[in-house]
Amino acid sequence: MTILLSAINIGKLFGMRPVLRNVSLEIARGEFVAILGANGAGKTTLLRILATLIRPSAGALAIGAVDALAHPDRARAFIGLVSHQSLIYPDLTARENLEFYGRMYGAGRQKPEAANADGQPKGEIGQAGRQGVRDQLQLLVEDALRRVGLWNRRDDPARTFSRGMIQRLTIARAILHDPLLLLLDEPFTGLDQASAASLSALLREMAVRDRAVVMTTHELGRGLDGVTRALILQGGQITHELRHDITADALTALMTRA
Amino acid sequence: MRLAICQIAAIVRKDILLELRTRESITAMLVFAVMAIVMFNFALRLRVDAFRPLTPGVLWVTLVFAGTLGLSRSMSSEQINQCMDGLLLAPCDRSVIFVGKAITNVIFTLAVALLVVPIMAILFDEALAQPGVWLVVLLGVIGYAGMGTLIATMAASTRAREVFLPILLFPLALPLLVAAVIATSGFLDRLPLDEFAAWIGVTCAFIVIFWTAGTLLFEYLVEG
Repeated sequence: MTILLSAINIGKLFGMRPVLRNVSLEIARGEFVAILGANGAGKTTLLRILATLIRPSAGALAIGAVDALAHPDRARAFIGLVSHQSLIYPDLTARENLEFYGRMYGAGRQKPEAANADGQPKGEIGQAGRQGVRDQLQLLVEDALRRVGLWNRRDDPARTFSRGMIQRLTIARAILHDPLLLLLDEPFTGLDQASAASLSALLREMAVRDRAVVMTTHELGRGLDGVTRALILQGGQITHELRHDITADALTALMTRA
Repeated sequence: MRLAICQIAAIVRKDILLELRTRESITAMLVFAVMAIVMFNFALRLRVDAFRPLTPGVLWVTLVFAGTLGLSRSMSSEQINQCMDGLLLAPCDRSVIFVGKAITNVIFTLAVALLVVPIMAILFDEALAQPGVWLVVLLGVIGYAGMGTLIATMAASTRAREVFLPILLFPLALPLLVAAVIATSGFLDRLPLDEFAAWIGVTCAFIVIFWTAGTLLFEYLVEG
């Protein structure tokens, strides 16, 4: 199994207050990991550190074969993030939002399935001119919008979308560049049953395609379908790990014990 | 390098698209600038006999104040839905984001200057629309946008960002303002270039200092 993410003794202080203490985890390709914990357990902070949005106070972090603390810009190419906020510009259409983020990721100008997690930048398409790159980006955007069921609303401004549709557009943004590691912070919040089911299917598909998915949640009953490992975070530390029979009942029992 | 240029272009393109949709920044800057010029025109004509020497000062104070509105807006648009995180997640050196935002601010402030300079030329009866003045406007706006983008990034992380931006920015902008006013006066008074070339040099130094500082410091300013 290829290790995609390796975090060793991650610690984070906000002022003098420790939010994370000695968190170590390794995540391999094809894994779908759920990090569970009560509000304030440190889940969001951990996810933002894994996404290289904030630096840990202590520890080491590698994504792919890249030292993500020394070369965060290179590591970010492997990461897709769905956070609490949508990161969507309300005055741009769904398509314009994705085209913008696609350009920021260089999507379309790189071989889509290069997936070279060895720390080297992906190779550029040899003969593809500017038009070719644009066409490739359009195809990626169309594919992402179709996957989340927003293709019919592609030219509507995001501000006209419902909460659930915004969440789906957020997911499209995160998977647009086909990341090796998808990080999701409470992704099922605000989704109706149908959208939640389709998100679960999408996450399982990511894992099957040899990507890794890391999801935080405090809802024990939702989104556990397809999860291959569950970690329980309490007081900024990983207190339990569950690899089999990951059910709401088993997790409740563990969290109560913790 | 090529990807970085594409990323900078993407940020500029996105900001211009947003501005075309919302018309919030340039409209506010233009209305403010035109109102300021008209008010200066009436207020100064009533009391000052030797009115013409004040023109460069009025021009630059107007551009600096109007530019501040755009600077504030350029960063606040990234606060909505925490879009700044979206930029920070991009696989690029964070100086790319600074350069993209600063170029947008240059374009918006120059767009305002393109309208303000001819209006002032008419109202103040000055030959403002001449190549030398446009050169100073270009250099001054580039310097101000670089400095302003850096300070706006600092102010964006504070609660009272609209208040902090001018408080932090105006003292730093003072030397640039002085240099730009003297250089503009030099061209308007048709002085020999070597009499005020040093002041053009000061505006160039501002560009180098603040664009370099911005590219080096931006990462630390936006880091959580």
